[in-house]
Amino acid sequence: MSFFSFAWNWLKQPQQWHGSGGIPIRILEQLYYSGLALLIAALIAVPLGILIGHTGRGAVLVVNIANAWRAIPTLALLVLLTIWLGFSVLAWLVPLVVLGIPPILVNVSEGVAGVDPELRDAARGVGMTPWQQVRKVEVPVAMPLIVLGLRTGAIFVVATATIAAYIGLGGLGRYIIDGLAVSNYGEVAGGALFVVLLALAVQAFFMGVRRAAVPKGLRQQGRAS
Amino acid sequence: MDWSAVPRLTWESAYLGIVPALIGLIISLPLGIACTRFRWLYGPVLSATSILYALPSLALFIVLIPYTGLTDTTVIIPLTLFSLCVLVPGVVDGMRSVPDPVRQAATAMGFGTVRRLVQVELPIAVPIVIAGLRVAMVSSISLASVGQLIGVSSLGYLIVDGYQRDFAMEIYVGGGFIIALALVCDLVLVLVRRLLTPWQPRRSRGEAKALAAAAAPTAMAVAR
Repeated sequence: MSFFSFAWNWLKQPQQWHGSGGIPIRILEQLYYSGLALLIAALIAVPLGILIGHTGRGAVLVVNIANAWRAIPTLALLVLLTIWLGFSVLAWLVPLVVLGIPPILVNVSEGVAGVDPELRDAARGVGMTPWQQVRKVEVPVAMPLIVLGLRTGAIFVVATATIAAYIGLGGLGRYIIDGLAVSNYGEVAGGALFVVLLALAVQAFFMGVRRAAVPKGLRQQGRAS
Repeated sequence: MDWSAVPRLTWESAYLGIVPALIGLIISLPLGIACTRFRWLYGPVLSATSILYALPSLALFIVLIPYTGLTDTTVIIPLTLFSLCVLVPGVVDGMRSVPDPVRQAATAMGFGTVRRLVQVELPIAVPIVIAGLRVAMVSSISLASVGQLIGVSSLGYLIVDGYQRDFAMEIYVGGGFIIALALVCDLVLVLVRRLLTPWQPRRSRGEAKALAAAAAPTAMAVAR
């Protein structure tokens, strides 16, 4: 039997769609954990990235942190925090936020640092204050990379939230971990299918955000190049 | 703490991490070169690799189980697909970093397309391609540990076993060895780069820039 027939046989059963362990609730849980973690990561990383990109200080440090961060095994981070703190909000929220920050930080700071110097000079030349330069010129011009950073951060957060089912978090990863524990491949496949669909939906969402948030002038430029 | 299994687990982690990055490189070289030659191809290829990259590893392992079973292959395939997201842009950026006068000089000296590619363009592209390979290898070494959740053995075993027995020391050892392994492989690739391009300064600018770009997987792709 193929992956899809396993998944289909499981998800067509009516009991999967009701109650606290039902698919709709699990999807909402996954969105809640990922959304909360991404929001916190963005609140930390976006302003910091703009500051670093604007001043040009700390850029090397950011790149090094982002590279070192790749080597950290997600599973070890989740499991260690659970052993230290017991299973609590912090045990899953801290790893999710920590893993979401680097891609946002790198993209935002690179985006803002990469704004054409002539554009900066022009902004200063028409009498903009530093704050106006950031808000009206640098951030809008860097918007494609800012959205890309959020998108990449979301990828890591969603993936980690799935693995976090192993330490007892709810969400779609539950089906995978619980199904594996009792060797019910149908449940595992059903969970994996929804994780994949959710990840694709998150990508589509951020492509929509990009379309809405990137200034018109920049979009045309993108098409020409 | 039982150390007897550590060498075997380290070897398994190295295998599960290094093989996907190398297969990824073998796929990316022709694909990236094709994308530089036929510019229209690069957009669709980038979209495809970035969509694959967005899929959580655990879910992809599960999808493959009916086809490849609980084997190394089930872990290697998804990690290979992820590596394409950094490696293809790495090859394309590397090829684009070849200055036009250099290319023209090679042609003027009577180099054909293939000889120019092998003797001129690829050597110049090496630093940026290796920067991509470093990122791909480090991430697949650390991601391979997730395979332990479906029973594919690696240093991830120490993490899972330590958690089940509430034994933090084992988790430190597992996590520490994974990070150390990733750093050793990273160092080896830096040395390979120096051996392949002895004419380059120790730390080339293109490489530093490529690392910055690769740090944010699809950054450069969309930026240009």
